[in-house]
Amino acid sequence: MNYTVGEPIRDTKAPEGPIEDRWDKRRFSAKLVNPANKRKLNIIVVGTGLAGGSAAATLGELGYKVKSFCYQDSPRRAHSIAAQGGINAAKNYRGDGDSIHRLFYDTVKGGDFRARESNVYRLAQVSVNIIDQAVAQGVPFAREYGGLLDTRSFGGAQVSRTFYARGQTGQQLLLGAYQALERQIAAGTVEMHTRHEMLDLVISDGRARGVIVRDLVTGEIETHLADAVVLATGGYGNVFFLSTNAKGCNTTAIWRAHRRGAYFGNPCYTQIHPTCIPVSGDHQSKLTLMSESLRNDGRVWVPLRKGDDRAPGDIPEHERDYYLERIYPAFGNLVPRDIASRAAKNVCDEGRGVGPGGLGVYLDFADAIGRLGRDAVEKKYGNLFEMYERITGEDPYVRPMRIYPAVHYTMGGLWVDYDLQSTIPGLFVIGEANFSDHGANRLGASALMQGLADGYFVLPTTIGDYLANGPFGEVEQEAVDEALGQVTGKIGRLLSTSGNRTADSYHRELGKIMWEYCGMERTEESLRKALERIPELREEFWNNVKVPGEEEGLNQALERAGRVADFFDLAELMCLDALHRTESCGGHFRAESQTEDGEALRDDENFAYVAAWEHSPEGTPVLHKEELDYEYVHMTQRSYK
Amino acid sequence: MNLTLKVWRQNGPADSGRMVTYQVEDVSPDMSFLEMLDVLNERLILEGDDPVAFDHDCREGICGMCGMVINGVAHGEQRATTTCQLHMRHFKDGDTVTIEPWRAAPFPVVKDLVVDRGAFDRIIQAGGFISVPAGSAPDAHSIPVKKENADDAFDAATCIGCGACVAACPNGSASLFTAAKITHLGLLPQGQPERDSRVVAMVEQMDLEGFGGCTNTGECTAVCPKGISLDVISQMNRDYLKAAN
Amino acid sequence: MVTPRTTPPKAQKTPKRPGRQGLSGFLRSSNGKKAVMAVSGAVLVLFLIGHMVGNLKIFLGEGTFNSYAEWLRTVGEPALPARTMLTLTEIVLALAVIAHMWSAVSLARRAAKARPVKYAARRKSQANGYVVHTMRYGGVIIVLFVVWHLLDLTFGAVNPKGYDATPYDRVVAGFDPSRWWVTAFYVVALVMVGLHLRHGLWSAFQTLGLANGRARHLLNVGAAVLSTLLVLGFLAVPLAVMIGAVK
Repeated sequence: MNYTVGEPIRDTKAPEGPIEDRWDKRRFSAKLVNPANKRKLNIIVVGTGLAGGSAAATLGELGYKVKSFCYQDSPRRAHSIAAQGGINAAKNYRGDGDSIHRLFYDTVKGGDFRARESNVYRLAQVSVNIIDQAVAQGVPFAREYGGLLDTRSFGGAQVSRTFYARGQTGQQLLLGAYQALERQIAAGTVEMHTRHEMLDLVISDGRARGVIVRDLVTGEIETHLADAVVLATGGYGNVFFLSTNAKGCNTTAIWRAHRRGAYFGNPCYTQIHPTCIPVSGDHQSKLTLMSESLRNDGRVWVPLRKGDDRAPGDIPEHERDYYLERIYPAFGNLVPRDIASRAAKNVCDEGRGVGPGGLGVYLDFADAIGRLGRDAVEKKYGNLFEMYERITGEDPYVRPMRIYPAVHYTMGGLWVDYDLQSTIPGLFVIGEANFSDHGANRLGASALMQGLADGYFVLPTTIGDYLANGPFGEVEQEAVDEALGQVTGKIGRLLSTSGNRTADSYHRELGKIMWEYCGMERTEESLRKALERIPELREEFWNNVKVPGEEEGLNQALERAGRVADFFDLAELMCLDALHRTESCGGHFRAESQTEDGEALRDDENFAYVAAWEHSPEGTPVLHKEELDYEYVHMTQRSYK
Repeated sequence: MNLTLKVWRQNGPADSGRMVTYQVEDVSPDMSFLEMLDVLNERLILEGDDPVAFDHDCREGICGMCGMVINGVAHGEQRATTTCQLHMRHFKDGDTVTIEPWRAAPFPVVKDLVVDRGAFDRIIQAGGFISVPAGSAPDAHSIPVKKENADDAFDAATCIGCGACVAACPNGSASLFTAAKITHLGLLPQGQPERDSRVVAMVEQMDLEGFGGCTNTGECTAVCPKGISLDVISQMNRDYLKAAN
Repeated sequence: MVTPRTTPPKAQKTPKRPGRQGLSGFLRSSNGKKAVMAVSGAVLVLFLIGHMVGNLKIFLGEGTFNSYAEWLRTVGEPALPARTMLTLTEIVLALAVIAHMWSAVSLARRAAKARPVKYAARRKSQANGYVVHTMRYGGVIIVLFVVWHLLDLTFGAVNPKGYDATPYDRVVAGFDPSRWWVTAFYVVALVMVGLHLRHGLWSAFQTLGLANGRARHLLNVGAAVLSTLLVLGFLAVPLAVMIGAVK
């Protein structure tokens, strides 16, 4: 696969001037919509996670006519619900030196200098409002005996700025947004469409004007039109088949929008989380994350000798390799996510992995239990140990846990400007679905912050500026018909290909290719191999997939097949992006670009830009570069030795 | 191991439905219950049959989407566990496993094991929220909350809305679900202004949807994957008596 | 303007929200019915305790027992006409029984409507076992028993000694060993009452919102103790007659 280089993106619409004033400036310069007009303006919001749920609720409250869509049976199921750790906010309630500027700085640095300063600064500013909003909604954050909110330090941050609700922060925040959304549904400002999946975008007169959706219960293909469309459809980690994402998470909405002209930003940036429960066999359908906090007391090791299949307890101390402590004596078991993940992969590649398929390393609590006592360990990690035992059937108090990295989050997504508007006017993209705030690597507890910042605070302001020029008149019938034709054509083709493999089996194979060649460590060779294999497999898929049933009625196999088809195309673009970016940065590690110590080595001279990919009908993607300038944070190389 | 599955098949709301028997072979004890059904479905697809429809999403016990009655018990006999977190090591070679959808009039069957739980959303719409437009909130520290209350509110708020309580209740009551939200919001100072109207409206909606009444059998809390306590129902009852009169 | 070509939203079957609660609204709601059940049940429990205490007077001798029965009829005299207190009590009890049965029937009908399709697999109780599932048929047995009991010992209609005998004689004759099946029915019914109370006692507190956390545990123990004592207290009389300790 080849690409061409197009015009660079020069204007991201961020206001000029001191960084701390930019959001204020934008809020003031944004045109307002007269309240009477809001009732005449229709907005479609796809997805009901933290970003989509909070956006739909807020836009409904403001008086717009909102239609909200989700593929699940209720907006409360969106995968934001699974986030465990917490949410960052620059409240400085601890007085430990936190500030908006520090959160901004940490996020830019954590993103390995591949995020926009203006966006990140705004995120840090808005973070404080999110906590206020959530508390007012009744989100039961953890509190101290004095009645004030508790915070903890998370993901290696030196300040305690993470607010949390036990291990279920995502759930509690999502339920807050969900309840606000249900309130608007009851008030009649939001019309909810559950069990509906977006399959295409309608563009008329150059503007995003609607969506084509399939009612997953009846199978009916519906057209919904509006004055603006908001995509909040989450990340695409499921391109790897196995990930910590929910089974239904998919790329179809953003990929269809990309095909219609929205640029795709940094598709190769993938975050891989080091502490997940390993794969137990070919039947595995998803991976479960376990809190990173386990690394505070657990020691990571593998047998010194290759193929040593003795039980862990039978391997004497001197035949164990505590490789993180050995390679990174300063940080030891607490090195950042990407480093811990890569190190695990390396020892497994050497044939020293443990458990089924040799894809796992031990996380051993024997020392902690010896030092602190079993009770203390149980108090700290009891629920995590229980979860581990439930899934693996092994008792981690007696036998060391086995862990392995898993795909967790995708920093890439549709390219958006400062207003969260994509390159298609009227198409806004929020939450994990856009590429914006995390650069090449997302910090822990920042995903929830970004989703809610976009949905509650940023989008409702910026979308008004766009809608102030609306309503936008009639939608061209041909545009609708063309999109409908695309959708029904694809469904028809899937149902009529009477092959002999299931969509899931192709998805699994695609996932293996991606994990192997475009996973934790990428090389020119591996990526070229992937770019060869993916089109071959896609070809086979379209000729040999077997999708049972009919277009009418609930057909879960058809839903899955449609998603897999789009994953193929996305996978190709991810590999192309990874291939063109010959530097390493954040979650993107190119083996060719590393320091002597095996750390990611950035190439700021050549790659300090956002790669925004344009789809071209001829099939050759066009690369548009958005240069990144750092006025406030100086680019440095990180080191954890 | 090999298992005999008796699965409820129903081709849509209008179909009367029936139990269908399937054999599944080579089930690994490390599989989750849903992965075992995945294996069955892959085979059914290749054999040209209609795969069994069931709801699922996160597969880590938090989204509340999955749920089936396994051998007569909602989410199966393993305590405090959703169907997706139930593993096959709890079954024995040669077992017969009966799999049915949630049974309740307010949860009509969509297809096979998939039911429509929209009634739960409508109960929340009736009052399961605190009215606060974005941007209007005071500083989070302006109102301290007793830690005990915050903790109890959290415990009630962990409900995942899966509907197992309704499925297990001999009366088909949604009291545990409804009461969990009433208790969560009622324990917090922010929830006080709407406390009375909330409980009355939510109980009314619960009744209108056609759920049965609570007779304190405790079956709901016993199958609840999050172990929501009967305390919440007691709290709802108290709030209701106070508010309704 | 946007063309109205959009597919209309599916009719949400959101039932309409009724207005504020009145008494009728309260009685229509499942929570209201439960409260009626709890309060009427509490009245009946208080009566049962008094009834049992009265019964046990039989062990103090025929005279004491008969004069106690007489006192029940004459209490309040001469300020009040004869039987005033007794009649009032009977009215309250009758109302409580009717209210209790009304709420039970309407909740049972609601429950039946809420689950039109039964499970194929035998539903296994995951909660505290069997007792709670005896409430409905147990209640029916108890009602049948009460009818018999009134005919037997209150109106004497089915008692060998008839209405004109003294209460003591009616008791002794009613539980005569030759009528063992009466006693057997009595025992079965009382065990049902015991089971009914085992769940009903704490359940009333739960329904009225008075059973939280630790209190529920105490109430549960209390319910077990009180229901056992009541059953034993009531069984003492017929068993004593059976074995000839009272004759």
